[in-house]
Amino acid sequence: MTAIEISNVQKRYKALQALGGVSLKIEEGEFFGLLGPNGAGKTTLISIIAGLIRADAGSVKIHGHDVVSDFRAARRKLGVVPQELVFDPFFTVRETLRLQSGYFGLGNNDKWIDEVMEELGLANKADTNMRALSGGMKRRVLVAQALVHKPPVIVLDEPTAGVDVELRQTLWQFITRLNREGHTIVLTTHYLEEAQAMCKRVAMLKLGKVVALDTMSQLIRRISGSQLVLHLPHNSLPEELQPLLNHPPEDNKYSLRINDYAEVEGILARLRQGGISIDEMQLQQADLEDIFLQIMDENIV
Amino acid sequence: MITTGFRTLVYKETLRFYKVATQTIAAPILTAMLYLLIFGHVLSGRVEVYPGVTYTAFLIPGLVMMSVLQNSFANSSSSLIQSKITGNLVFVLLTPLSHWEIFSAYVLASMVRGITVGFGVFAITAWFAHLSFTAPLWILVFALLAAILGTMGLIAGIWAEKFDQLAAFQNFLIVPLTFLAGVFYSIQSLPPFWLAVSHANPFFYMIDGFRYGFFGQSDVNPWISVAIVSAFLVVLALLAIKLLRSGYRLRH
Repeated sequence: MTAIEISNVQKRYKALQALGGVSLKIEEGEFFGLLGPNGAGKTTLISIIAGLIRADAGSVKIHGHDVVSDFRAARRKLGVVPQELVFDPFFTVRETLRLQSGYFGLGNNDKWIDEVMEELGLANKADTNMRALSGGMKRRVLVAQALVHKPPVIVLDEPTAGVDVELRQTLWQFITRLNREGHTIVLTTHYLEEAQAMCKRVAMLKLGKVVALDTMSQLIRRISGSQLVLHLPHNSLPEELQPLLNHPPEDNKYSLRINDYAEVEGILARLRQGGISIDEMQLQQADLEDIFLQIMDENIV
Repeated sequence: MITTGFRTLVYKETLRFYKVATQTIAAPILTAMLYLLIFGHVLSGRVEVYPGVTYTAFLIPGLVMMSVLQNSFANSSSSLIQSKITGNLVFVLLTPLSHWEIFSAYVLASMVRGITVGFGVFAITAWFAHLSFTAPLWILVFALLAAILGTMGLIAGIWAEKFDQLAAFQNFLIVPLTFLAGVFYSIQSLPPFWLAVSHANPFFYMIDGFRYGFFGQSDVNPWISVAIVSAFLVVLALLAIKLLRSGYRLRH
């Protein structure tokens, strides 16, 4: 089943085209990352999914429910953690969570509220006023608020921005657990390592358009692959290996593109045949950051 | 149908003003008291608006209703603008609450605040004059029509994007309309032009009808007043729901 179906969503703010026809399908149970530089349209897209902003054109469905025409059903399926650290200063943590739960029609939900507070390390702050909480604690409450109605689809907009290491750990453990239990997770983050570690599939947005959409492993393999860096102090690279060069050598350092680790064997064998000695050798795995920069640099749009 | 979502939003909106009751309940009661003391002192014995009704007695229902109206407006408008500016309105916007539920919850909580303040004003000022309760049902009916101000507050809160815009709405529209609605005088004492203008002020009918419940006397027949005020309420309610449905300034 499709958890979120985004069809040709467009949004324009006067002269600025925030989203220029975005289409994505996120399946149930996925751990999906939405990446892109500031101003790429990530938050606009999330706001449209959440019903906080109306799209100019296109549609978004959550578990088959249109977020505009069938918003009540759509929003019951969706939990959203907003990027801004917002809170209502009139209430305590527990009051905040009970109210949020009540808005979703769940009047007697203390068991789950207690569990969520426990999981997010909020239990001893239950009766503290929101104003008195640190930024990290407020962030936890935002996450808890998004989960009070046990939504099958959870969207987190920069959940770890400005958050300390401990909370990041707690948060990721909890979110991973929710994903394991079948919840669909969609997140945006600036921490590419985080995305690489957590997300199975990612979409990259640039200037309001999807410029890459693939599984994390495919993306890493397809676009950049790995590279074998060889330092050959006395010889140059044999001619038949030249096409593998990523870029011209510097100081007898050769960077060879490889798509498969098995290729390393062939390269080494060829060097041995030529009697070439290797001073230094490094096998580098491309990471999401390389790919991200590569894609964002390309003049696709 | 009364849903849990609706009940929760009403509860939140009433809890919100209850937590700052000094400012939201006690302060307006004090203000009304001061009006009574000052105007009552200056004018008592000099003005008799209705035969057999002292000026202080005449003034009390007007002050009560004025407090009801102003505080009903203040509740929904200030709650909305605060939530909008601090951003925590998303907690409501992300929920499956319908437009109708949001509308009626905000308005009902406004009525609770307005009527609570009005009751407080009455409980204190009633000691200063002999009041009759000729038609208590009319008192109740017009007090409930405070829903109009709750609705106006909702519309103003949706429309305003800054605190000063809301303050302008309040200071240049709500306050003059309530003050010029015959709280302190009977509009019959006005020159013909201002009498006609007063008849175009919907707040006048609310205060006049409310006062009828006490004295059995009013400038306009209470049935006419209730008809005019109800029509006004329906128009405003439809506008408010239309705004909520369109997402005007809430879901850009």
